[in-house]
Amino acid sequence: MDLYEYQAKEIFAAHGIPTLPGSVATDPNGAKAVAEELGGPVVVKAQVKAGGRGKAGGVKLAENPDEARTKAEAILGLDIKGHTTRRVLVTEASDIADEYYLSFLLDRANRNFLAMASVEGGMEIEEVAATKPEALARIPIDPIEGVNEAKAREIVEAAKFPAEIADQVSDIVVQLWEAFVAEDATLFEINPLVKDPQGKVIALDGKVALDDNASFRQSKQAEYVDEGAEDPLEAKAKAKDLNYVKLDGQVGIIGNGAGLVMSTLDVVAYAGADHDNVKPANFLDIGGGASAEVMAAGLDVILGDPDVKSVFVNVFGGITACDAVANGIVQALKMLGDEATKPLVVRLDGNNVEEGRRILAEADHPLVTLVDTMDGAADKAAELAAGK
Amino acid sequence: MSIFLNENSKVIVQGITGSEGTKHTARMLRSGTNIVGGVNARKAGQSVEIEGNQLPVFGSVEEAMKETGADVSVVFVPPKFAKDAVIEAIDAEIGLAVVITEGIPVHDSAYFWAHANATGNRTRIVGPNCPGVISPGKSNSGIIPADITAGGKIGLVSKSGTLTYQMMYELRDIGFSTCVGIGGDPVIGTTHIDALRAFEEDPETEAVVMIGEIGGDAEERAAEYIKANISKPVVGYVAGFTAPEGKTMGHAGAIVSGSSGTAQAKKEALEAAGVKVGKTPSETAKLMRSIIND
Repeated sequence: MDLYEYQAKEIFAAHGIPTLPGSVATDPNGAKAVAEELGGPVVVKAQVKAGGRGKAGGVKLAENPDEARTKAEAILGLDIKGHTTRRVLVTEASDIADEYYLSFLLDRANRNFLAMASVEGGMEIEEVAATKPEALARIPIDPIEGVNEAKAREIVEAAKFPAEIADQVSDIVVQLWEAFVAEDATLFEINPLVKDPQGKVIALDGKVALDDNASFRQSKQAEYVDEGAEDPLEAKAKAKDLNYVKLDGQVGIIGNGAGLVMSTLDVVAYAGADHDNVKPANFLDIGGGASAEVMAAGLDVILGDPDVKSVFVNVFGGITACDAVANGIVQALKMLGDEATKPLVVRLDGNNVEEGRRILAEADHPLVTLVDTMDGAADKAAELAAGK
Repeated sequence: MSIFLNENSKVIVQGITGSEGTKHTARMLRSGTNIVGGVNARKAGQSVEIEGNQLPVFGSVEEAMKETGADVSVVFVPPKFAKDAVIEAIDAEIGLAVVITEGIPVHDSAYFWAHANATGNRTRIVGPNCPGVISPGKSNSGIIPADITAGGKIGLVSKSGTLTYQMMYELRDIGFSTCVGIGGDPVIGTTHIDALRAFEEDPETEAVVMIGEIGGDAEERAAEYIKANISKPVVGYVAGFTAPEGKTMGHAGAIVSGSSGTAQAKKEALEAAGVKVGKTPSETAKLMRSIIND
């Protein structure tokens, strides 16, 4: 789960990392009220989960509360890389003497963590990495040893932070690591970390990604789940505990196992090339132990998508038994009754496949076509979606 | 021959008394796996009856190994307790720990992996969040259905469970020496490279199917390894050409992986290493069949 800047900074502040005071607002008057409370000039910043906000006009300076209101009005609703701006963060404007970079992240390749730090601020960090790799210090962090003061000093020295702020940065490094572990994060990034004219080091902007697998021990992170920004079909699927992602094609997809479902999307897209270029309409993984209820819930979500013209159910029964899947399809169609109007192409293989195919053949539902192979079924579903 | 497992493997189940552990212990027994007991500290000294077998429950992996000579542990312990369970297996120096558990926090996986490294890597870890390892007809440690295919001369390594089953099904006429489901989590023990190395050394394996999917750069690194070290033919498949980009890892993540993590990038890297890559599972199977029949 990725967080908004304001949420990231709330977490930083809660762990003792210096940030600037500010609050989030969802309308222009709210932004004005925050500016009034803060007093003095403020920065109004679009809260979207995308980079390049400044260039897109999503970050503006306001000298007074009225100006904060007008700037917020201009920013709210702004589309930044496909994300609609629904809220703004209003913070104290800060004078910046110098800008730096600091992050901790999961290093998948090395199966440990990595600290990255640089005194080259004010630049995109990818650009620093590409053009001046020597300016970006990368220090591996052992998950058992973690980051103590000595390790923090090593990071500060490797990145060549100026001596007069070394103590402050070193403290922030330790705090950031402790927060990174305490929050079960996969990314904690401060960019930029700034020095103000008085020499105080502050986290001016931040990015945080949290590990969804840790939700059982991070109950307070539930508040970060961003329901408002979700597609209505995705919200409906989530309410039913389905692993669903809306795409922009016409062939609804249901399968079991993330890898097989991804593969199904590909096979449908290839088949679509021969049928008016139809594409997969969604990703939906009903998982290992697919029951009739799960199948019904999945079909309900997919048939509720007005873009869907046909549905491809692709199941390889490993743990899942094909007869349970077949019963699920039959029962789901019964439950949905007249609401089910779109053709279903079903391909079953694996555990108890004969029984599964027999159940579907016996039910002989007018909307259901049984096809033996994955490629053949994808082709049939694409053909039906193309309306030919 | 086979890799990681063989007909003499003695298997214990950590979490044998839980519902998943019991269910899959029964399946493993039915497919001929030599299961010698289970571990649950709270039920030590008891025994459980599964598929007509009285299986002793031990208080620890160490004790189970001492009493039974077990050399493989399959872990079904829930996410909350999985870190301690895997560390226990590592400390007991069991040869192979197959971690089936899905949903382990990545900080926990990184921790037990670091612990394995710090103690000399005496335990091979497969997973977490994986379907396990099967050498058809010899041993089945995990949840891969045993009736899809018989033993044969293809090796398979895959991140995904159901795609593993699909590929085993597509090539059931040839059969497999060993199929290794390494799991799709960001931090896993055994990698594509580890399995490829073992298949290269296994005289029974003639060719290898490698299945990858979007995210990370494991396939790209495997491609480099294949180019330099693997003499046997390798056929590849990558899922996710049309999948939406997954969770944004932020700037920092993209730098570390050194790759966009897309299916296209992985396919290109594999092809550059001389690996034939299929567009679909069936095309991949066709490529493998033509190599074997050549």
